[in-house]
Amino acid sequence: MITAERKPLAEIKAMIAPYSKILLAGCGTCVAECASGGEKEVSLLASQLRMDARMEGREIEIKEITLDRQCVYEFIDQLTSLIDQYDVVLSLGCGAGVQAVAEVFQKVIVLPGLNTTFIGETKEAGIWFENCRACGDCKLGLFAAVCPITRCAKGLLNGPCGGSKGEHCEVDVDTPCAWQLIVTRLEERGRLDFLEQVHPPVDWSKSQGKGPRKILREDQKN
Amino acid sequence: MSEESRLKRVLSAGRFAVTAECGPPKGADPEAVRKKGGLLKGCVDSVNVTDNQTGVVRLSSLAACVLLREEGFDPVLQMVTRDRNRIALQSDILGASALGIRNILCLSGDHQVFGNQPQAKGVFDIDSIQLIQVVRQMRDEGHIIGGEKLTQPPDLFIGASENPFAEPAAYRVARLAKKIGAGADFIQTQCIYNLSRFGKWMSQLRDKSYDKRAYILGGITPLKSAKMAEYMSKKVAGMDLPEEVVARMKSVPTSEQRKEGIKIAVETIEALREMKGVSGVHIMAIEWEEVVPQLVEEAGLMPRPSFGKE
Repeated sequence: MITAERKPLAEIKAMIAPYSKILLAGCGTCVAECASGGEKEVSLLASQLRMDARMEGREIEIKEITLDRQCVYEFIDQLTSLIDQYDVVLSLGCGAGVQAVAEVFQKVIVLPGLNTTFIGETKEAGIWFENCRACGDCKLGLFAAVCPITRCAKGLLNGPCGGSKGEHCEVDVDTPCAWQLIVTRLEERGRLDFLEQVHPPVDWSKSQGKGPRKILREDQKN
Repeated sequence: MSEESRLKRVLSAGRFAVTAECGPPKGADPEAVRKKGGLLKGCVDSVNVTDNQTGVVRLSSLAACVLLREEGFDPVLQMVTRDRNRIALQSDILGASALGIRNILCLSGDHQVFGNQPQAKGVFDIDSIQLIQVVRQMRDEGHIIGGEKLTQPPDLFIGASENPFAEPAAYRVARLAKKIGAGADFIQTQCIYNLSRFGKWMSQLRDKSYDKRAYILGGITPLKSAKMAEYMSKKVAGMDLPEEVVARMKSVPTSEQRKEGIKIAVETIEALREMKGVSGVHIMAIEWEEVVPQLVEEAGLMPRPSFGKE
């Protein structure tokens, strides 16, 4: 999933300060899963902002709505009948959601309420970690399904570096050394031979060569 | 035509090589480089110049190498992949060779969070093993990444570093093999304080004849104080400084600790000279370059070999 964290309340307050009618739009997919932008979080933020306004003697009107997927136009359509009644959309979607809403409603101000962080997995309740950089050229098959580009602090394809201590990364003692994991897992799977080859440099053109990437699928077109 | 690497000449003549590390200053002062070089004059075969070590901004390695070359040294240019992408790296490799630098040490570099620019973007476009391969292909096959031919290949003796004490222990020798396979001519090791563990690593290397395919230079860092020993033992990642070495440093009064540190270093060098497959030492006297001549002298490694016209 795409993970995100809510921006600090002070930052959100500063962004919406010029406006009094706010359409607060959450997203029911990734950011709901990581408890930053789903229905619950929309409701919580709306209450906080209302309470805050009341304490400061300001008028504020907040409409709460959570779209199933804020990055897909057919769901964004749910905002069409509401949008004219509000000064601004405060989005609790990921960066893709914020931009998609702004793309659909060209004249509407859309503000981000989240900091989109990474593609990751839920390790346990309350812990998410990054495990994919969306490089566009998946090599997990060579590394026992541990991504060195994402999970090694130096992104070494021919790691490990000499700095790990006690199976942890020198950069962050709470992070396991990706290469320790790769070596251990390849050993367990009887594929240590994968470690003998020199992996060539990454083809970054697949992730950033031509600016933002797009996928074109003729078979999917209407 | 270009001069040959002095380090390569010493090693291929079968002489026990001595190199020392020299960190450039945190400023634009060429005199500081010459002064540090001056301390090493006559007692080393090559001076190894760090590349923004620990992620701290310093005068560039290439510039310092050129300054040292003008002083008659045979510098080893350290090049890390942390700060430059493959375009800049390959360009600097050509530039270094054109400026008469004949040795390069290929490293990934300390992670930027440890330095004075922790908000920098770590480049890591390629890793150290890929860099070794790139230099070798440029030198031996005359082409850059992607196959484009060079008008003139660079002339460089290629080095790599290896930490015999790092995790995962079982994989360290295989990784060294990868570096040698990629094209490393010489290997510089992490500082050695645990001789028995280093000895075991060397014997694994000899079993596979890796010591015949690349020259192994043992890393030596003389300890300045018991405090430094304690710090390195506990805090420095990938360092194996056994408790008994710390205890030995602590067993002498503070005023005598430098002397003890030098003694330990000399004993280590002597042990390495006796160890089959070790071709030399690399002395990393961090901000203590003035100790190098004494260390080399006491270890019985003076005078350094001469090759006539130099």
